[in-house]
Amino acid sequence: MEKQYMLEVKNLVKHFPVSGNKHAVVHAVEDVSFRVEKGKIFGLVGESGCGKSTCARTIIRIYQPTAGNIIVDGEDVSYKKNRELQALRRKMQMIFQDPYASLNARMTVHDIIAEPLRAHKVASSRQEVSERVYDMLDKVGLSHEHANRYAHEFSGGQRQRIGVARALVIEPEIVICDEPISALDVSIQAQVVNLLKDFQYERGLTYLFIAHDLSMVRYVSDEIGVMYLGQLVEICAAAEIYEHPLHPYTKGLLAAIPIPVPKLARQKVVSSIEGDIPSPISPPPGCHFHTRCPYAKPICREQEPELRDMGGGHQVACHLY
Amino acid sequence: MAMETERKDAAAILSVEHLSTSFFTSNGRVNAVRDVSFSLRQGEMLGIVGESGSGKTVSSLSILQLLGGSGRITDGKIIFDGTDLVSAPKKQLRNVRGARIAMVFQDPMSSLNPLMPVGKQIGEMIKTHQPKIKADELRSEVLRLLGLVHIPEPEKRYHSYPHEFSGGMRQRVMIAIALACKPDVLIADEPTTALDVTIQDQILKLLRSLRDEFQTSVIFITHDLGVVAELCSRVIVMYGGKIMEEALVDDLYENPAHPYTMGLLASVPNVAQDKQKRLQSIPGSPPDMIRPPAGCPFAPRCSYARNICGAQEAPRIQVGESHFSRCWLWVPEAPAENNPFRKAGGEA
Repeated sequence: MEKQYMLEVKNLVKHFPVSGNKHAVVHAVEDVSFRVEKGKIFGLVGESGCGKSTCARTIIRIYQPTAGNIIVDGEDVSYKKNRELQALRRKMQMIFQDPYASLNARMTVHDIIAEPLRAHKVASSRQEVSERVYDMLDKVGLSHEHANRYAHEFSGGQRQRIGVARALVIEPEIVICDEPISALDVSIQAQVVNLLKDFQYERGLTYLFIAHDLSMVRYVSDEIGVMYLGQLVEICAAAEIYEHPLHPYTKGLLAAIPIPVPKLARQKVVSSIEGDIPSPISPPPGCHFHTRCPYAKPICREQEPELRDMGGGHQVACHLY
Repeated sequence: MAMETERKDAAAILSVEHLSTSFFTSNGRVNAVRDVSFSLRQGEMLGIVGESGSGKTVSSLSILQLLGGSGRITDGKIIFDGTDLVSAPKKQLRNVRGARIAMVFQDPMSSLNPLMPVGKQIGEMIKTHQPKIKADELRSEVLRLLGLVHIPEPEKRYHSYPHEFSGGMRQRVMIAIALACKPDVLIADEPTTALDVTIQDQILKLLRSLRDEFQTSVIFITHDLGVVAELCSRVIVMYGGKIMEEALVDDLYENPAHPYTMGLLASVPNVAQDKQKRLQSIPGSPPDMIRPPAGCPFAPRCSYARNICGAQEAPRIQVGESHFSRCWLWVPEAPAENNPFRKAGGEA
């Protein structure tokens, strides 16, 4: 059977103007291509400033892409205008990083969750709206009496559940999660991750899961893309990333993760990456990572490596291979 | 098994005894830290782990009494170098702050003055405690500190402002300020939480090398169990304003002796995590510190909780060499059923 893709991103580019300098642009997303299979979770990782959030916001069309195409469920949505986007938003919803800033402080939980139903005219009567809101509260593990409260009365984990309920109430087919757990405590993170996984199994929901925590991404995702300075440097199955990481950046990122096992942590020998991430306004020529790469060769400074398949769908952009 | 006893640690450079700190707010009294005792030994790296609201930051702020207008130490002693800092006069406390006990905060951007070049900010610290230092000596000392924390081109960076630095570099400047007066104790409050993993790794390496070089005793506060495993030799686990468990780092990870620690360790996916299996999470949310539960603060979320747990605070019980737990499941009278610490055979 041929694989069905829920989301296809082709050569996506997003530049932002720099204020005070007409000629400079921030190269936030630079020629990014990947595909997400129906019912699967694609994890996008990278350091802050690597363009992963911009990538997500462009896909859901909060931003207009500079170039490239975004194909959602077979339909090209890259350059659609305001009203035409309504249909896209019905299919694609987003869960945000900050559960404090992303909920309207002056709306009750009921109204927050009901808003997408009303905006998309999904429910016909007031009664039906309420039924679906209460049904959603049950599913995310909140009680009915929470419906008339305001967001500030809840803890971070509970707020993120409200965010999940709002995104899922209109039954989208793909959900973009932009660091949904990084603002939460460790014991609460697992609650939210389990909730998202449950919806994947029950409804066959597709996710684009963005995070900087590689160990959590590996657990959550089916496939992982590693971003550096606006570009995808490696794409592979989630299990592969620990077993056979190829790109020096991926290896360095893995080496930097603290291991919660003291004996292993003390034995750690692989050195991690030195230096800081360069400016995306004037990214280094050639491979963007060469300034921090311990294996950089002369060709890396001159020629940009292309993403190539190394077999079994494991793609890497590096001159070493 | 020894019940709680007064212990005097001879080698302790800093000891906190029965500390309680509260904040008096318009919503009521927030009992952020409740009867906390621990000690820090010379040259030791002590980790304090806990979630937000567990009291880990307030414990450390209490040591230097940086509690703002609404916070107050309501009980306890903080013994540093033979004197009690809680009852010490303000002037004496000022001589300790920064000079002998220094602190590195979580957010370097809001801890640095945006209007002052970083070289001057580091110099300010030295000048406060050595007012008679000559200008050229001060400058060379600042440059030495910038080099010590691996800031490239210190001469050039001396005149830079904080906004010209990346997050990792700013945190290096904070560490340089903290080390300026060669303190005996360094308190690092989530110094790497706001940083990327690769930058975090660089900062942790720096802290480790500084500890080895200067034998500074460090209290490292974090919520990241991985960071503690890499860095610390001894760990304190806090929850609901109390110490739940205290152990050497290997013991804590291999034989956690408190249900909360067990839950925390299980909710972090490890490299070998089975992807089909659900992550083990701790149900519920942390307690409201205005009305903390009467007994063990973790009892409402604990799957092993019994009647006594919700009613009465558990004693501090020694469960191994320098391993302590505050859990009712360790008392000799505790039943064996649904008790993770009483395995088959009756041996705990």
